[in-house]
Amino acid sequence: MPLPVTELADIQGLVHSGYSNLTDASFLLLRIIDAAAARAWLADAPVTTAAGRDESTVLQVAFSAGGMRALGLAESIIAGFSAEFISGMTGDEGRSRRLGDIAANAPSQWRWGSQREPDVLVVLYARPSADLAAWRARVVSSAFRAGFEILQDLPTSDMNGHEPFGFADGISQPQIDWQARRKPGTVADLDYGNLISAGEFLLGYQNEYGLYTDRPLLNPTVPGATALPQAEDDASRYDLGRNGSYLVMRELRQDVRGFWQFMAAQASGGAAAIRLAEAMVGRHMTGSPLVPGTRQISGIDAKDIAQNGFTFDDDMDGLRCPFGAHIRRANPRTGDMPGGRRGLIARLTRMLGLFHPNLQEDLIAASRFHRIIRRGREFGAMLPPDQAMNPDAPDPASGLHFICLNANITRQFEFVQNAWLMSAKFAGLGDESDPLLGNREPHPPGTVTNNFGMSSPNGVTRRICGLPQFVTVAGGGYFFLPGLRALRFMAR
Amino acid sequence: MTPQSNFMVLAPIRPERQGELRAMLETMNGAPGMAEPANALFPFGRFPRLHVARFVILDDTTLTDLPPDDPLREAPVYLAFLGDCDGSADAQLAEFVTLAGDGLRRIFDCCSNFSLNVDLLQWMRDNSTTPAAQYVNWVGRTVAQIREEQALYAALREFLQQQAVVLAALPPRAVRDRLIECLKKNGPPETPPAPTPTGWLISDIANLILFPLVLLVLSPFLLIYAPIFLWQLRQRETTDAVIAPRPDAAHVATLSHIEDHDVANQFSAFGSVKPGRFRLWTLLFVFRLLDYSTRHIYTRGRLARVGTIHFARWAFTDDRRRLFFASNYDGSLDSYMDDFINKVAYGLNLVFSNGIGYPRTAFLLSGGASRETEFKYYLRRHEVPSQVWYKAYPGLTTADLARNTQIREGLHRPHMSDSQARAWLALI
Repeated sequence: MPLPVTELADIQGLVHSGYSNLTDASFLLLRIIDAAAARAWLADAPVTTAAGRDESTVLQVAFSAGGMRALGLAESIIAGFSAEFISGMTGDEGRSRRLGDIAANAPSQWRWGSQREPDVLVVLYARPSADLAAWRARVVSSAFRAGFEILQDLPTSDMNGHEPFGFADGISQPQIDWQARRKPGTVADLDYGNLISAGEFLLGYQNEYGLYTDRPLLNPTVPGATALPQAEDDASRYDLGRNGSYLVMRELRQDVRGFWQFMAAQASGGAAAIRLAEAMVGRHMTGSPLVPGTRQISGIDAKDIAQNGFTFDDDMDGLRCPFGAHIRRANPRTGDMPGGRRGLIARLTRMLGLFHPNLQEDLIAASRFHRIIRRGREFGAMLPPDQAMNPDAPDPASGLHFICLNANITRQFEFVQNAWLMSAKFAGLGDESDPLLGNREPHPPGTVTNNFGMSSPNGVTRRICGLPQFVTVAGGGYFFLPGLRALRFMAR
Repeated sequence: MTPQSNFMVLAPIRPERQGELRAMLETMNGAPGMAEPANALFPFGRFPRLHVARFVILDDTTLTDLPPDDPLREAPVYLAFLGDCDGSADAQLAEFVTLAGDGLRRIFDCCSNFSLNVDLLQWMRDNSTTPAAQYVNWVGRTVAQIREEQALYAALREFLQQQAVVLAALPPRAVRDRLIECLKKNGPPETPPAPTPTGWLISDIANLILFPLVLLVLSPFLLIYAPIFLWQLRQRETTDAVIAPRPDAAHVATLSHIEDHDVANQFSAFGSVKPGRFRLWTLLFVFRLLDYSTRHIYTRGRLARVGTIHFARWAFTDDRRRLFFASNYDGSLDSYMDDFINKVAYGLNLVFSNGIGYPRTAFLLSGGASRETEFKYYLRRHEVPSQVWYKAYPGLTTADLARNTQIREGLHRPHMSDSQARAWLALI
């Protein structure tokens, strides 16, 4: 059995909460200019933890692999982090290819993160009443300035729970199993569930395989190591990863005018344009799903059933929610086996693959191994659809600072991005990528990925062809959001 | 029906010419690791029956996992040339010699047992390795059929797109009738399937019956031996060393560099079998089972629950002391490993737990691949980059091919109900 998470005061608050009430936010991307001064500031930086309640202001700190190096952390310790974190989001052209970061999305086009990832990411949140500027001024003290240079100060804007295209956002999130109520890998997992092992988001805890993700485990002889938590799976060593999480950040620029003008051109009238956009998303603009939520699902609270109590078994023909819709791709809501919980014989024949009634069946991986917690914030101005459809509308220069948390970047963020969002072959589809996020680049050369199909009652797929690129990546990086004791260790 | 077959020419490379060979193979590529079909050295695209093929230099960096005094540590670096084709493999080799003999001679001249005056075809036959087990995604589906079915799909898509407004209002059967009309007037050609070779059919039926018969005859002995086997197995499983460190970053970068240029990828892995008869005989038995299942059960689109593999094979080398695995699969390696771990861990364990260093298994079936990180490290560490890889139908996955086949089969059904027609239309 996994063990419960009790050390809330050692976990940065972002893992626990998106701080949606703290609507004012900014992200600082830093370079370390003086390691000793940086360590001195970090040693008593007022970092908010998951144990706090009702904060008015929040400070979170995360590091890239290069940032840890710049702080003076030994290479042998950094080597204990995962390979993709050490390599970084842009460190391998194969990774860029898999993430869809090519052509207009290529790191060479980015505003930040392409040459060298920023060393440190500082997240600042404040209630409107608490004054973000004042909070920022308190954090960015002279001691701070002695250690860090601010490379980018990324502002955000409050869009009242919506993303720039106008859709309610952040509706579906995995529920972290803080209390270790669930043992992963039992027959219950043959069905979709939303309660996910803490080890999928926090290092040092059991993940969905009942195993521990790679992280630096230190011998007691390493100076300062004994102040770290003991490793759950190896009592003789100290765990620098425990209570920490990998934070993936991407600056996504959204072409709001292009998006709505394309919808308007494809549809007759504003209402039809909105319906088309909703089909691409898989939810109404209000956030309610196109497949009505009526199911009880583990890890989905009673009050959330209308929004999230569904799987796509409720829409096998794709008549309600198109097979390629964004929410199907981002979380296909699959259990470990198509058909879910059945008798022993049925399970055995399915396991051996002796029986598969249709072509699409079993093409999508089980979702519980590929979940992420999203903590993004919007930026730019809000431009409502009816105005955005007007060719003379001003450019709101808006987008999303996408942030997600996970314990295995390759198996979670990268898998979702590559196998589900970017793949033209998701769920047996042929030539479409995510209708919102796709880069529309042919893959391989000569094979288009810019269509979007919708099932209709007589079986004929209605296809929208030639989708332009609506979202462009303008920056990104892999960071580690350490536990508090790990942060203090790095600041020694 | 034309059955598929495979070829694999394997020969040791002259150490002093390995660099030259690598450079020569590199000239065949358009994108990293991806063959240019019309390259001058070996124009893969000129062979209409060839599905997939690769040239791979089998340089096994895990030989150091063997005991220091094991002579296998000095095993040579091989060049492997392998592929899957329609019809007889020998006829395919002969066609290679006819159309690309000069290029092959230049390539194989880097091998220590080749000389420019040998009979190339005979030399390739002499250096051929028969796999211990093989897998074909869809037995009988030829390259020509794949091309025709893709053309049919494209034509249907175009008809649908052109007449979208009219067709949207019609019931499914009426839509299907319209499409059939359009195809009659304007459809791409369709070649009827060739007759199934009698020899193949006889041997296939014989295999279908004989293997279970032999098992039946042997079953009393196998039953008596089973408890002893389990004891022997557990002795080993609890003590065999696991060697699965994180693979070297440069090695992973080399592999990553040649991946994901198509919707499908190649995978080549090489490693040593655990020493002793127990592991070898277990492996031989498992391969018999596997080969039987891929011949008679998993012949249309899936290997157990996994539907993304086009072709795969397992081949022994070095007097069955080493094992080579090659496959052609859809998606990225991470999706492939996800399938391995979450869908067919038992199947991988049956085979690869007999390899040196494999993550710890229990009773041959559980553990192993289920140890996610160790397994992924083990797999990557044993993977060898394929220098040149060719796939006759870039951009198409097994799901695309299966869809196209179902569309064509549905087209030839004399009658469909509205719900059947609806399901058929939904494929397009």
